[in-house]
Amino acid sequence: MRIGILGLQGAVREHRLSLQACGLLPENIITVKKPGELDDLQGLVIPGGESTTLGLLMTKYGFLEPIREKARQGMGILGTCAGMVLLAGKINGHRQPTLGLLEMEIVRNGFGRQIESFETELFLPDIDTHPGGTKPFPAVFIRAPYGINPGPRVQVLAALGEKIVLARQGKLLACAFHPELTADYRLHRYFLSLIAESHDE
Amino acid sequence: MMEKATDRVKRGLAEMLKGGVIMDVTTPEQAKIAEKAGAVAVMALERVPADIRAEGGVARMSDPEIILAIMDAVTIPVMAKVRIGHFAEAQILEALGVDYIDESEVLTPADHKYHIDKKQFKVPFVCGARDLGEALRRINEGAAMIRTKGEAGTGDVAEAVRHMRIINEEIEWIRRLPKEKLQQEAEEMRVPVRLLEEVRELGRLPVVNFAAGGIATPADAALMMQLGCDGIFVGSGIFKSSNPEARACAIVEATAHYNDPAVLARVSRGLGEAMPGISIHQLQANDRMAERGW
Repeated sequence: MRIGILGLQGAVREHRLSLQACGLLPENIITVKKPGELDDLQGLVIPGGESTTLGLLMTKYGFLEPIREKARQGMGILGTCAGMVLLAGKINGHRQPTLGLLEMEIVRNGFGRQIESFETELFLPDIDTHPGGTKPFPAVFIRAPYGINPGPRVQVLAALGEKIVLARQGKLLACAFHPELTADYRLHRYFLSLIAESHDE
Repeated sequence: MMEKATDRVKRGLAEMLKGGVIMDVTTPEQAKIAEKAGAVAVMALERVPADIRAEGGVARMSDPEIILAIMDAVTIPVMAKVRIGHFAEAQILEALGVDYIDESEVLTPADHKYHIDKKQFKVPFVCGARDLGEALRRINEGAAMIRTKGEAGTGDVAEAVRHMRIINEEIEWIRRLPKEKLQQEAEEMRVPVRLLEEVRELGRLPVVNFAAGGIATPADAALMMQLGCDGIFVGSGIFKSSNPEARACAIVEATAHYNDPAVLARVSRGLGEAMPGISIHQLQANDRMAERGW
């Protein structure tokens, strides 16, 4: 299985380390800087970073359509924080280029500025495969977005009140927090399992 | 349970800025240009370092009016500078809600003995460093991000290169040092030994390290990235050049593709005049901002 990490800006190193911790070989983790490097990938991580910067560079280098096409062909995508913003179609109050793959509205910087950034624990019963499924997941929110108005194909996996912070739509996984900043790899493993499942089909 | 202002949250924002460019801006219009060019954050200032250098006198925290106007103009993070040791200026910036504070040698130091006790703040801090000891002292005080000091407002990248090389060499040296010698080294650097143990294990600083001070061209940005910096601060280099929009875009692209000479060649073309520079050798010793801080 070959997984790419969009390497234009942001927490690329941390996602690489997380994927390696899930057992992926370093040579099967590709830092993607050009659209041509998407070709033989089964999965793509769009990391946390600055969504305006990432969106701008993705547009400039012609990434948007090739990623949409790969997603239609079945490539899985994990978007964390800025990556979640970029997966979506509609951004509350902002006009910026996005992939428009995820049927959910996004509120950017939904929890406020940096001094409002926080850590919390989430219970993710759909993901936690531990017996009992009760081990909380450390979730770091940094100037984080959240989702609202999910479409019918969107499965909400975690929310803080009404604010959707983890959602799945087929093989797209959108996460408002930063699993790459903690040593808990269950979410990365879950993403890889989504891709592996579809491989078997 | 919801915990704010943890180390992970403070350091985490800097992690998200990696591979990006942070630009000095003095007006909301400049901030919008920077955002549109792809800056990951802006540094809100009254005067860029080149003007601070030219005008002399005491340089202080900017008027909150300017900072607030810039915060209103963009959605990317906004940073602002305080004088070394001036914790009341930092309290004001925190009350304004800026996203990061730069305790900066570019402003006139307010305390010649102590830096700010940054652990007392919810807002994260970035600080300058010329060597590993200085970087670790700042981290020990609570800095969540480090940048080279370089020599701000000169357009001469040589000092930033020197500071980055010194930090790299010292990290390499610490990695090879026998464990029993770490304690003595920590005492000489005036930092807890656990910080040196962390550096030894990681092979890098425990926080993000950006390049700053004298970066004026896409090639300068690529040079600093290839030397191992995590990202780039551009101070006077953009809005003191003849075509800020084009230069800002070019430096953003050069930082993202620092290892790709074909991209660097393309973005370096036809940018117009870079900022007028001052060679580091033309500066008097007391004009060197990098010497400020302890």
